Amino acid sequence: MEFKQGDRVRIEKNGTAYEGKVMPSMEGYITIKMNSGYNAGFSKDRVKVTLLGGNGETPNGGSLNGGKKSGAAGEELPKSGRKLQKIAILSTGGTIASKIDYRTGAVTSQFTADDILAAIPELKEIADFKGRVISSILSENMDSESWQNLARAVVEEIEAGADGIIVTHGTDTMMYTAAALSFMIETPVPIVLVGSQRSADRPSSDNAMNAICAARVATSDIAEVSVVMHGTTSDDFCEIHRGTKVRKMHTSRRDAFKSINSLPIGTVDYSTGEIKTFIDYTRRGERSLKFKPGIEPKCALVKFTPGADPEILDCYINGGYKGLVLEGTGLGHVSTKWTPKIRKATEAKMPVIITSQCLNGRVCDRVYDTGRDMLKAGAIEGEDTLPETALVKLMWVLGQTDEFDEAIKMMKEDLSGEITECCFK
Amino acid sequence: MEKYDYSELGLKAGLEIHQQLDSKEKLFCRCPTLIRDVRDSDFEFFRYLRATESEMGEKDRAAVEQTKIRRKYIYKAYDTTCLVENDEEPPRELNKEALEISLGIAKLFNMKPVDQMHVMRKIVVDGSNTSGFQRTAFLASDGHIETSDGRCGIDSLCVEEEAAQKIEEIGDSIIYSLDRLGIPLVEIATAPDIKSPRQAREVAEQIGMFLRSTGKVKRGLGTIRQDVNISIAEGARVEIKGVQALDLIEDIVRREVERQLNLLFIRQELMERKAFVCEEIYDITGLFIDTKSKVLQKGVRKGAILAALLRKFDGLVGKEVQPGRRLGTEFSDRAKTAGVGGIFHTDELPNYGITEKEVQTVRDAIGAHPEDAVIMVADESEKARLAIEAVIARAKEAIEGIPEETRRALPDGNTAYMRPLPGAARMYPETDVPQVEISQEYFDSIETPELLTERAKRFVSENGLNKELAEKVAYSKYLPLFENLIETYRKDTNVNSTLIARTLVGIVPEIRRNGVETENLTDEHFKGLFAAISKQEIAKEAIQDLLTALAGEPNLSAPKAISNLGLSAFDPAEVENFIKKTVREKGDFIREKGPAALGPLMGIVMKEYRGTVDGKILSQMLKKELDIFISQG
Repeated sequence: MEFKQGDRVRIEKNGTAYEGKVMPSMEGYITIKMNSGYNAGFSKDRVKVTLLGGNGETPNGGSLNGGKKSGAAGEELPKSGRKLQKIAILSTGGTIASKIDYRTGAVTSQFTADDILAAIPELKEIADFKGRVISSILSENMDSESWQNLARAVVEEIEAGADGIIVTHGTDTMMYTAAALSFMIETPVPIVLVGSQRSADRPSSDNAMNAICAARVATSDIAEVSVVMHGTTSDDFCEIHRGTKVRKMHTSRRDAFKSINSLPIGTVDYSTGEIKTFIDYTRRGERSLKFKPGIEPKCALVKFTPGADPEILDCYINGGYKGLVLEGTGLGHVSTKWTPKIRKATEAKMPVIITSQCLNGRVCDRVYDTGRDMLKAGAIEGEDTLPETALVKLMWVLGQTDEFDEAIKMMKEDLSGEITECCFK
Repeated sequence: MEKYDYSELGLKAGLEIHQQLDSKEKLFCRCPTLIRDVRDSDFEFFRYLRATESEMGEKDRAAVEQTKIRRKYIYKAYDTTCLVENDEEPPRELNKEALEISLGIAKLFNMKPVDQMHVMRKIVVDGSNTSGFQRTAFLASDGHIETSDGRCGIDSLCVEEEAAQKIEEIGDSIIYSLDRLGIPLVEIATAPDIKSPRQAREVAEQIGMFLRSTGKVKRGLGTIRQDVNISIAEGARVEIKGVQALDLIEDIVRREVERQLNLLFIRQELMERKAFVCEEIYDITGLFIDTKSKVLQKGVRKGAILAALLRKFDGLVGKEVQPGRRLGTEFSDRAKTAGVGGIFHTDELPNYGITEKEVQTVRDAIGAHPEDAVIMVADESEKARLAIEAVIARAKEAIEGIPEETRRALPDGNTAYMRPLPGAARMYPETDVPQVEISQEYFDSIETPELLTERAKRFVSENGLNKELAEKVAYSKYLPLFENLIETYRKDTNVNSTLIARTLVGIVPEIRRNGVETENLTDEHFKGLFAAISKQEIAKEAIQDLLTALAGEPNLSAPKAISNLGLSAFDPAEVENFIKKTVREKGDFIREKGPAALGPLMGIVMKEYRGTVDGKILSQMLKKELDIFISQG
């Protein structure tokens, strides 16, 4: 029996009949959506299928958004009639922009900026939005070229007059992209990265609250690259994290994102929209727009574990890598057996930056002999920089200069809030 | 005698039974299926929900209506609930124990399973599910049961997760407890084969009996819920949710038929009058600036008083559709979905401090004639607008006929509006849970539970219970304990099946009627009790006292309670001495009466040892001493 997705069929199995619409099915099975809305699967070789009506309308792709593109951005005037700030939403994919893919049964990114506006109409009261799709990939598939493309688009939108930028992003690697944008762009306006931990197709999704809070920050005075996500498991407020100080600290909770070695810049109350700030930040218009996209992808972050073979470092040194970030233990240590390899790397003009797998706190390689030997071998302390931020910074620094000494000097400086003078917690 | 001829009215009813399963763990996480005291909650959080589109690109109408007002849902969590209940972690794989209990139930109903079970998300945005949907899967169909009025088809069996328990509603906030969320349940839907209120009840009873036959379903209030789908030939399909007691099913069916007939009568009347509903919403706040009516004053202060004009509706808004409920009540139910307290209609005015004169002012201001009805709502402006729009929509439906809707069962057998009937748009696949294969071999490997009716027959033939006792114990929650105990004491001379059954379904209900909290009695208590009887440490007569003591202090073990109560004071030597002494003292009497002295002497001995020594044993001992005394002359 020939049938295709969307056809209405009757299935008979041992004298019991089922009717419904053919859905994307697993190999060997036919899945139908019955009138009750339930899906059920039947083994193809155990049932008789009768075609009731072919209409070939696929439950996939185009029909997913119902074809009811209600009000693309900027078409409707807000009820208040105020003149609103112009915000560009750049979508890169991720859970905030996800829908179910019935081909694979998995959640994928296929939700555009316009869809987000249609789904969250409150946004239209906050700003005048313009949507732009940069990519449609899950964040684990992003790379340094993705960061450059995104940064370029952000800069274009700011040049075109955007008062703020929202980037929708998968949460898994959001902290890397946030750090990359922080180093690449000196921004006069807010650049806000936002995502969600629950897919947008569920009534409990955190996407709406996160997007609304992001819009509040994008129209605020905080002209920094920030990450805006749930502050707690409740729908009470979002935290505004500095792009170089933020890390995903939980696999699934809404409040997975935390500022490390810093307080968050502030919070946004979901119900009132009020922003409270806790630390100093760069204000709107304080800086003029500068764009330095250069990046060196051949850098690596290597985690030291007890007994780890120092020859691992040879793979990078001989493999054409230009810089290394080591994630050491405690205050920033690796086995003494690694010290000669650090020396070999720095002698080959490869910067070696030390960070800690403790994440919280500052690296100090001057307390124990091991650390002192690492410093003598040419390693640089990453201070209280997060390991991932240190990696992105190193990639960017090496994209800016070929001079080893200059690179070392830049790595020691606080360029975008990644190094704080004092750790308060 | 029934009020209506239901077959002539074309009554069609079907039941949906929701039964919690007594599995060790929840359906999609490894938390226990424990109901907690809300005071033990150690954490709370809150969320808002939004209606979303299904995979077909539609929004469910029930979901849209429920998200009209922004409600805040507050959740109480426990040390027995986890991130899955909090909607903070993806679900684990479907609980296999629950699946196998469900397959057993499917077999009882002669149902056929699908080859591949797909877990779906059913949109429910009343906050009872933290995710905004209930996970549910279609498992089997095409079964049936036999009733005295003919066969009733069992159309579907779904495995679902239980929703969170609503604790309290405070303004626009609702508090839910997460202990119940995720407990596995089966939803069994019958075909619309039910043709009378009586048959509805019989079907419900029989399904309940089938479910309990598995021995793997939860017992007690709230663990089983019945929904009833009802329509009559001229009417519409109405789904009535949450009938908690079996006794209510017949009334629910009768009253819904009555409601539909009355609504049909109203419709007929409205058509004959050529009634219609004006689209315009009148803001009449200004007319009540100086009103003495407290409820309206609130409207003036808080927002607005809005009115709708129903041409030629006069007198019908106040017409009763169910005892104590009018068409106006149906309007009011709809208005309440917008968060207002209720409505006022001209059929019930003057009242609530609203004067005849004020009513006339309103009528004049909006151009209402005497044959028209006016509906008023007073609340915050936005709520009042949504409420009056809802009333206008419902009034229009009154002219068209009976709206298809989901209604809530009220304790008196009436029903109140809940939400529109949800459509297929509320279902979409739960992609976090893989499909579950149900091969023929797997299905065949599941044992079919023995029906309770069969078990009762077996208790008569194999265990010597009388029919009444056998049925009582088979249908009771103590069935698993009973089966366990009769196995333990299969060859015991002091404890037999009848004693066990009488204790569990005779003595326990009796002391409960006397105010003893028998819910506190555990299986261990009963096991300890029968062990003591078996070892002759206590007499059968002591059962009542011992159970009462244990129920009062559930932390006690049976042996400890026995010694506390002095029930174990049975020292055979002491009893023997007492009997010998009695026989000696009553020597003259015995010489006079011979063996017939046993009865009166037994009275004396029983008076001393009632409740501590089994009467049978006392009687044996006394007879022995008596025989010795008589033979010695």
